[in-house]
Amino acid sequence: MNEGFTMKILVAVKRVVDYNIQVRIKPDGSDVDIAGVKMSINPFDENAVEEALRLKERGIAKEIVAVSLGTPASQDVLRHALAMGVDRALLVETDGELQPLGVAKLLKALVEREQPDIVLLGKQAIDDDAGQTGQMLAALLGVGQGTFISGLSVEGDEAIVTREIDGGTEQIAVRLPAVLTADLRLNDPRFVKLPNLMMAKKKPIETLSAAELSTDTAPRLKLVKVSEPPARKPGIKVNSVQELVAKLQEEGMLS
Amino acid sequence: MSVLILAEHDGQHLNPSVNHAVTAAQSWGLPVHLLVAGNDTAEVAKTAAQLAGVARVIRADAAHLEHPLAEDLANIVAALGRDYRVILAAHGAFGRNVLPRAAALLDVAMVSDAVEIVSDNTYVRPIYAGSVYATVQNGDAIQVVTVRSSRFRAVGLGGNAEITTVEAPAAFGKSRWLSRTHQHSDRPALGSARIVVSGGRSLGSAEKFDALLTPLAEKLDAALGATRAAVDAGYAPNDIQVGQTGVVVAPDLYIAVGVSGAVQHTYGMKDSKIVVAINQDPDAPIFQVADYGLVADLFDAVPKLTAAIH
Repeated sequence: MNEGFTMKILVAVKRVVDYNIQVRIKPDGSDVDIAGVKMSINPFDENAVEEALRLKERGIAKEIVAVSLGTPASQDVLRHALAMGVDRALLVETDGELQPLGVAKLLKALVEREQPDIVLLGKQAIDDDAGQTGQMLAALLGVGQGTFISGLSVEGDEAIVTREIDGGTEQIAVRLPAVLTADLRLNDPRFVKLPNLMMAKKKPIETLSAAELSTDTAPRLKLVKVSEPPARKPGIKVNSVQELVAKLQEEGMLS
Repeated sequence: MSVLILAEHDGQHLNPSVNHAVTAAQSWGLPVHLLVAGNDTAEVAKTAAQLAGVARVIRADAAHLEHPLAEDLANIVAALGRDYRVILAAHGAFGRNVLPRAAALLDVAMVSDAVEIVSDNTYVRPIYAGSVYATVQNGDAIQVVTVRSSRFRAVGLGGNAEITTVEAPAAFGKSRWLSRTHQHSDRPALGSARIVVSGGRSLGSAEKFDALLTPLAEKLDAALGATRAAVDAGYAPNDIQVGQTGVVVAPDLYIAVGVSGAVQHTYGMKDSKIVVAINQDPDAPIFQVADYGLVADLFDAVPKLTAAIH
């Protein structure tokens, strides 16, 4: 275990369809059509990067390594992380389909190589909304997990985290090394300035092939089809509070 | 082969989501077992054994499970799980924390937030904040899945399951539980309330959010909810956030006040039985999911609504 100023943090970032894009379904229903749409860093992963930077600014961490998995297109989210201030960027290149368990296995191999004290990830990606990777990685590494965190401090060899749970929050201490997953409430990610983005474009991105990490990333889940969610039946506009109350009484909602 | 449900409880009561999970678990036509892990779970196990459709309640009692941590629960689930066809939990913060860890220990995939169980290995689940439904087939021998409670009816009582005990593995020992903060204990729990009154950024401030919505919620005995925009603006605490990144609710009545209706919010409420939207913007997308829409000044309409309810 590294102490204080020598702590190393690995942050995993995913390239996803931008938060503001309404995705479309392919005409044959085989998948969503994301050709040509705007892609961005997964918002929760941006919170993870921000938290790592704050640990460095507080003198707790020394080095932050950002990693992304996918095609060379994922370099853009690594550049975003570099522009925010991470020290190094690593791309694990693969054009195969990756699912949470496969991602966790690749990250495990990377953790064994990089030996970070903390692995920070977003609590879920806003494309598949699975929310599994961090917990799976912690299991494979045999380390503790702090998920859905909205607060983080490091005391001695433990991360003290506040977790968002149903109906409140929970505080737990997790011995390092550990895997932590960020909720949106953890922080407000800094705005990336254009000069930083320009500089980040010149920084090197180390590339590894997924095959080099020799782990089984074969998909376990098969996408059968995608479809529109069932629409709600069309509603009506009421003209006054009185009319609304009458409708709710008819529905038996106010008894 | 059977189905194992990881049951959430607080040491005294089963979480209401367990009743819904039992219905989902019955989809396989296999015996349903309920795992109750904790410290001194005799009473909870007794209640669990009365749930209709449960064949066996498995108690795992240990002092270190007083405030169960994901690491310890996942170890129990993984130890038992090899003998099961399905491992299932409700898709709340509890199940989402534990089940992916257990799945990885078993080297199997997991399906999150299933809204429909199509066959013994095929599920429908929302992706992209619920704007698309994906049908996925899980090829693994052990099916690990969390289910959206509101899509499965709650079973009642009337069961008489056998209660067995297993020895919990030794404490994982790398995490410590410190404390828990519960909020709004005087209001019904958001996840299971019959009525939810929810506010958006149009309310303008924390004071107005409270002044406008709390009296209405009190009159209706409703839980309070909020959009992410309202939470980010500091009008409401995060744990009442409804949506993709917060709580998913499906009450009988959902009243959205000053809520624009972004997909990230409607993800969390569009399974509600009746949706009422009150907004001054007639073009707000929330009206597309509302059964009853009222275009009006919130600060005029909401007090009138509160006054009209007896």
